[in-house]
Amino acid sequence: MNFDLNKKTLREVNQHLQNFDRKKNTRKFEISNPQGQHAICAGLKDDIDITIKGHTGYYCAGMNQKATVTVHGNVGTGVAENMMSGKIIVKGNASQSAGATGHGGALIIEGDASSRCGISMKGIDIVVKGSVGHMSAFMAQKGNLVVMGDADADLGDSIYEAKIFVKGKVKNLGADCVEKKNG
Amino acid sequence: MCGIVGIYLKTKKYEKHLGKFLSGMLDGMATRGPDSAGFAVYTKENKKNFKYSICLNELKENDFKKKISKFIKKIKLTYYADHVILETKEKPAKILDLLKIEIPEVSLVGYGKSINIFKQTGNPKDVVKKFKLSSFSGTHGIGHTRMATESAITTQGSHPYSTSEDECLVHNGSLSNHNNIRRSLIKDGQNFNSENDTEVAAGYISNQISKGEDLEKTLKNSLNDLDGFYTFIAGTKDGFALLRDEIACKPAVVAETKDYVAVASEFQAMAHLPNVNSAKIYEPKPGVVYHW
Repeated sequence: MNFDLNKKTLREVNQHLQNFDRKKNTRKFEISNPQGQHAICAGLKDDIDITIKGHTGYYCAGMNQKATVTVHGNVGTGVAENMMSGKIIVKGNASQSAGATGHGGALIIEGDASSRCGISMKGIDIVVKGSVGHMSAFMAQKGNLVVMGDADADLGDSIYEAKIFVKGKVKNLGADCVEKKNG
Repeated sequence: MCGIVGIYLKTKKYEKHLGKFLSGMLDGMATRGPDSAGFAVYTKENKKNFKYSICLNELKENDFKKKISKFIKKIKLTYYADHVILETKEKPAKILDLLKIEIPEVSLVGYGKSINIFKQTGNPKDVVKKFKLSSFSGTHGIGHTRMATESAITTQGSHPYSTSEDECLVHNGSLSNHNNIRRSLIKDGQNFNSENDTEVAAGYISNQISKGEDLEKTLKNSLNDLDGFYTFIAGTKDGFALLRDEIACKPAVVAETKDYVAVASEFQAMAHLPNVNSAKIYEPKPGVVYHW
């Protein structure tokens, strides 16, 4: 099933996806022309599969439960913020605070993530194929942040129990963040 | 909150559409700043004449014409709502004093050889229509939509702030040490027309440039001198520069194609630009000066 955000309002589309009829067989959806709108696919709670074709604004797929959302484009501030479960895949770059306060599920960013990626994360797993910006995993409480590229300044400042894995270079660690040998 | 936008054309292809593009960008940022709006459009440098962008306030068009004609003969006046662009050979030193002393009821918004600058209270969607922004062509432009925090909703409190020839600044954020900086700049001969924090940042930039610093170095210095949070876009006759403070809590996103570079607080302000979906899109790094 396809939704064109040039023809339907964001509210109509989100309401349809949030109140999904479980008896229906259609569990695949596509959203075109997102035009950088905010809160696309926020508050989903069913095991459905959504593909977004284009760039989104703030809080894309925020508070997600069970759903899989793939964005073929870049995402604005706070993608997957406060996610409980499910999977969010971003093919492009993510703006700041990606996966903020996420409790569970997986957030995969194929490009770079900007500042404060995984801020206050509470159990979410975040994989960034590119690099992350400064103050990433700030006050991170639980979960894993995996970075294939580099991490900018003050990584893991004021961290609690979360784990951070970085393949590339780390500019510097923030307060309370301790480097440990693998294995 | 506030929204800021900027577009720089790398090729001539879209020069006729610059106003239309910028107008759409301000429209898209109306949600971030519904109180007032303003913009600067840069056209090719006029070698002979200076252009003075003037807000008439309550003064009628004819009365302004009568008053100004008493002092200078060869002028061209183009009216846009309550603003007028005055074109003349007369140099800024003369015109600035003349306006201040002889026609104090109007306010100078900016001047230079390529800048056209407009700002007014009201929803950005209405402000751009009032000044017919869509009809402008040009090489680059910047704009602002304001949600007032530091000072009142007035024309003087709106952005952009232009404190020197062909220079202007838009700002998303707020500065905390602007009163101190203003005092020291006034001692150094800089003039201010409002209580606004952004005008101080604009004055700071003009002051440094007048002392021979380039724009990039000036913006780097501002990281040490200006306290607060900000994303700045500073326009000059050749292009514009972008800077976010080192915490970078105020947003900015850049979209670059072979024909243009666009900057906005949010992507939705750029969604209408041609080929934007295949543009290189990224977020500018904190504390780094970008220049086009």
